[in-house]
Amino acid sequence: MSGSNRYEQPIAGHFGQHGGRFVAETLMHALDELTELYRSAQSDPVFRAELQHDLEQYVGRPTPLYFAERLTREIEGARIYLKREDLNHTGAHKINNTIGQGLLAKRMGKPRIIAETGAGQHGVATATVAARLGLTCRVYMGARDIQRQSLNVYRMKLLGAEVISVTSGSQTLKDAMNEAMRDWVTNVDDTHYIIGSVAGPHPYPMMVRDFQAVIGREARAQCLQAVGRLPDVLVACVGGGSNAMGLFYPFVDDPDVRMVGVEAAGLGLDTGRHAAPLNEGRVGVLHGARTYLMADADGQIMETHSISAGLDYPGVGPEHAYLKDIGRAEYGAVTDDEAMEAFRQLNRTEGIMPALESSHALAWVAQHVPAMDGDDVVIVNLSGRGDKDILSVAEIDGITL
Amino acid sequence: MSRLHDRLDRLKSENRKALITFITAGDPNPEVTVAALAGLVTGGADVLELGIPFSDPEADGPAIQASSERALAHRVTLPKVLEMVSAFRRHDDETPIVLMGYLNPVLTMGVATFAELAQGAGVDGLIMVNLPPEEAEEIAPLLQAHDIDLIYLVAPTTTAVRVRFIAERAQGFVYYVALKGITGANHIEVESVADKVTALKTTTDLPVMVGFGIKDGVSAKAAARCADGVVIGTVLVSIMGANKTTDTIVELLTECVRTIREALDA
Repeated sequence: MSGSNRYEQPIAGHFGQHGGRFVAETLMHALDELTELYRSAQSDPVFRAELQHDLEQYVGRPTPLYFAERLTREIEGARIYLKREDLNHTGAHKINNTIGQGLLAKRMGKPRIIAETGAGQHGVATATVAARLGLTCRVYMGARDIQRQSLNVYRMKLLGAEVISVTSGSQTLKDAMNEAMRDWVTNVDDTHYIIGSVAGPHPYPMMVRDFQAVIGREARAQCLQAVGRLPDVLVACVGGGSNAMGLFYPFVDDPDVRMVGVEAAGLGLDTGRHAAPLNEGRVGVLHGARTYLMADADGQIMETHSISAGLDYPGVGPEHAYLKDIGRAEYGAVTDDEAMEAFRQLNRTEGIMPALESSHALAWVAQHVPAMDGDDVVIVNLSGRGDKDILSVAEIDGITL
Repeated sequence: MSRLHDRLDRLKSENRKALITFITAGDPNPEVTVAALAGLVTGGADVLELGIPFSDPEADGPAIQASSERALAHRVTLPKVLEMVSAFRRHDDETPIVLMGYLNPVLTMGVATFAELAQGAGVDGLIMVNLPPEEAEEIAPLLQAHDIDLIYLVAPTTTAVRVRFIAERAQGFVYYVALKGITGANHIEVESVADKVTALKTTTDLPVMVGFGIKDGVSAKAAARCADGVVIGTVLVSIMGANKTTDTIVELLTECVRTIREALDA
């Protein structure tokens, strides 16, 4: 652990001891190629203009930074602002990244894209971009997630994507990612793999973070305008960690801004049935990167549990692992029940239905804001809307629709 | 000299092709493995690759994934794999053993500890599917200190520049992955493999072995024309998965290897 919590820019895809490129040799060239192409696109005004245009005209950016007045009054503590990523086209932050990577696929001349998905939001966002760019699309999804996110499965099919049910392992996001990697190894010549989080081998954690950083850049400017200063606290849920990284990144060099990631404590951290590698995991290598993982004493990856399919993943983006190690960000965890409570609270107080993923960030706010100063400003990343979760929530309430 | 170097040198001097076999340790149950390894040697295997079961084998096809799952159902993890190697060594101290798998179990044990225990058990080499040489700078010397060769893979997508980079760091032998894809996928295309392997051999003095997609005597012989040897895995692992008793498994493995051995030597 370093004595200072100053953020050092990564070298060749490493974030401190984390990150890197731990993949089969077959993929090394494709990753080199992607890194190179991404660098050239980044400095190309035409690409940037195209991306900017799509974010404005197709995704609907900028999203509002909304002052949640009634929620603020009910919780009593700091002023709570919601970064409304739920208002993006397709209903979550995921499309910020798929728009960018879709344009890269087009630039590479690859006619086929694949993706893994947990809650289905990344799958939907990928299928959407594929439809718009005229690319063939295949989405891998764990059989268990297909069951609990059936609305998104149908959406992807309507968008023309082929959804492959993954029945190996725990039948959730990690297994979908294994299967997507196998597809990519086989079809690497004509296929671009759109990883949906700040996970995977270099350059994905960096590239996905950059595409998602639009969230933090907007929030920063909007906060300066609305309250005349930077926020005191940023809060976002962390599965792989893309919405959190997108919000945090433009603030990493502002030492007074506290950054809090919230993991899924599932049935409770002490039960072992959770998805909180930053809280309870150990450092290891999975899916191309070194990072904190939920693994047993023999290095086997453990099955995780969360009410939220999007957080039900045993790893976490390597840059979060680094932010934790240097103490620049802190990582809490809330249980399924606490997230459900927060889900209901936002519906009731603000007329906004948050995704179960985002409800984890809201639950942390409900627990910690009461101890804060009334003048403090807290920004919560409302990473997605909860329509996709209606069937799961109804089931918890014992209702069959 | 290690068992691996001795064996590869001898094959070269005899002008014979190496036959390398892969099975997963503990598949379909822990009692089979040592007998299965001996059966492979009886059939004519020159080098034994032994898979370390892993929960998330992201570069493997369904057959080898299933073998990992069968082994993990019996909780066969890295310490048990090393015990099996020790047990095998009590009967055979000549046939080289190369462990193959994914990095996380080795990292979790600690690379230095692993290297010491593996050497003690009688391991000669290590193939880590998800460890390209760029990420191996800390790990390779720890293994080398215990005479364990870290064996790298070269793929059809590996560029000429990377081939040289890998060849400079290679130990033991170079494993050429004959097809883009996962283990056990389609048959290899012999022509393109020949071109690549011939080019690869100009960059290294180490033997070049061809694997992925070799299923029988015909494909083994074709692949071995330009290479120093072949690796067979999925066809053996499928035998392990389809049969229950140790005797049947050992008999079928020996038979399968013998057929391929004969084709290679013909």
